[in-house]
Amino acid sequence: MSAIYILWLRELKRYVRSRAQIVASLGQPLLYLIALGFGMGPVFQKAGQGNYVQFIAPGIIAMTVLFSSVFSGVGLLWDRQFGFLKETLVAPVPRLQIMLGRTLGAATVACIQGLLVAMVCLIAGFRPTNWAAIPMAIGFMVLIASLFASLGTAIGAILENIQGFQLIMSFLVMPIFFLSGALYPLTNLPFVLTLVTRADPLTYGVDGLRSTLIGVSTFGLATDAAVLLVGITVLLMVGSRLFARIQV
Amino acid sequence: MIHVKDLMKKFGDFTAVDHVSFDIPAGEIFAFLGPNGAGKTTTIKMLTTLLRADSGDIRIDGLDPARESNEVRRRFGIVFQDASLDGDMTAWENMEMHGVFYHVPRKIRQERTEQLLRLFELWDRRNDVVKLFSGGMKRRLEIARSLLHTPKILFLDEPTLGLDPQTRNQLWTQVKHLNQTEGVTVFLTTHYMDEADRVAQRIAVIDHGKIVAIGSSAELKQQTGKDSLEEAFLALTGSSIRDEAANSADQFRQMAKLWGGRR
Repeated sequence: MSAIYILWLRELKRYVRSRAQIVASLGQPLLYLIALGFGMGPVFQKAGQGNYVQFIAPGIIAMTVLFSSVFSGVGLLWDRQFGFLKETLVAPVPRLQIMLGRTLGAATVACIQGLLVAMVCLIAGFRPTNWAAIPMAIGFMVLIASLFASLGTAIGAILENIQGFQLIMSFLVMPIFFLSGALYPLTNLPFVLTLVTRADPLTYGVDGLRSTLIGVSTFGLATDAAVLLVGITVLLMVGSRLFARIQV
Repeated sequence: MIHVKDLMKKFGDFTAVDHVSFDIPAGEIFAFLGPNGAGKTTTIKMLTTLLRADSGDIRIDGLDPARESNEVRRRFGIVFQDASLDGDMTAWENMEMHGVFYHVPRKIRQERTEQLLRLFELWDRRNDVVKLFSGGMKRRLEIARSLLHTPKILFLDEPTLGLDPQTRNQLWTQVKHLNQTEGVTVFLTTHYMDEADRVAQRIAVIDHGKIVAIGSSAELKQQTGKDSLEEAFLALTGSSIRDEAANSADQFRQMAKLWGGRR
């Protein structure tokens, strides 16, 4: 238990100490919010869909949590490179605890990032329709963060170098974001895109956030939460398998 | 304390460790001496549960590292060939994490951390982030950390690589001291003859994955009819230069330098 705690604490301390990284990671969501939110706003309005900033703010929050949690999870790669991974692997600690400590740390960092971006959204004019549902929205952030931190750790356990990481970004993380409905409504999509968006776990995260924050939902809260929980369970199991196999 | 019999490890067609056998009694300082790529690090990795052997038998304090990994891990401390510290954490935090991993109770952890950091002259810098440390300081911290949980066995994989003579001297003095006062068994690899000659009670010369000679420095000299250990070493391993294939970690390190890595 204490090994999990100390590894969790480590992720948090590293996050707090990398101020440049914190600022940098807020830049992208802000850009999306301003460029898309205000740029596409008029078109969205004309199509009769209402206020676009209201619509994409939950998507931008989900995006932040996605990127942050995958990045932190894949931080395993950096530990491999700088050697700290070896220190944890020769320690008399079950591999599962090491993996859980890291993953929980990554998920916590992602939630903090998500909350920061949520505040930025509020400043930009986003207004949740139901303030009482905020705790539930945070719950969804936790689910999204846990899911993708597990995914990041699993990927970090397989990858051996940074080239592979670029590949994962282009062919996994970016598609997960763009095909999640974070930027557009899921209704009236071409058939293939409908299928693909339904297979994307982030879709349910975005839907859950949108449902709690602005009261618009495609699948309903229960479905959203259930899909995410199943995803977390599966990825944690896969991740711990892969983690146990790491040799350095 | 360490018993190895017929140890084998292949990477594809390349045999890294080829039927290696040796025994190290408790309290001995034992050196693995060999050119680059001879199989020193691969052997250490198998002894320390980081790599599985293809065949052969290993016993660490009577335990099998492949099956009783965590029990074995409790018994040794290791200083790796390359860094294994967390550069974003302070010296104190690195020690603290190590202590938690090895279940050292808080009070003892803090006492020993202070004692070790003072011994290795790092106490004044305990609250500095490790990435600001010089190479020698990092090495000293790694050694201090490896001793925190009072291991029975200390593995040192080329611990003096890139250190200045003063630091090397200090390090070996401390290792010898530990060996004498606490009876720690030491397994070290090096390719500096003078170090092996100075600290090790017995030396195994390893080349192409095989042990070509084993014995005290005097025995090795006698065996080859040479006056110095260096000459004896060259007589045993030949004088051609070895290249070590760069592994993926090295390549990654190169890439990270180009990209200006995070630390």
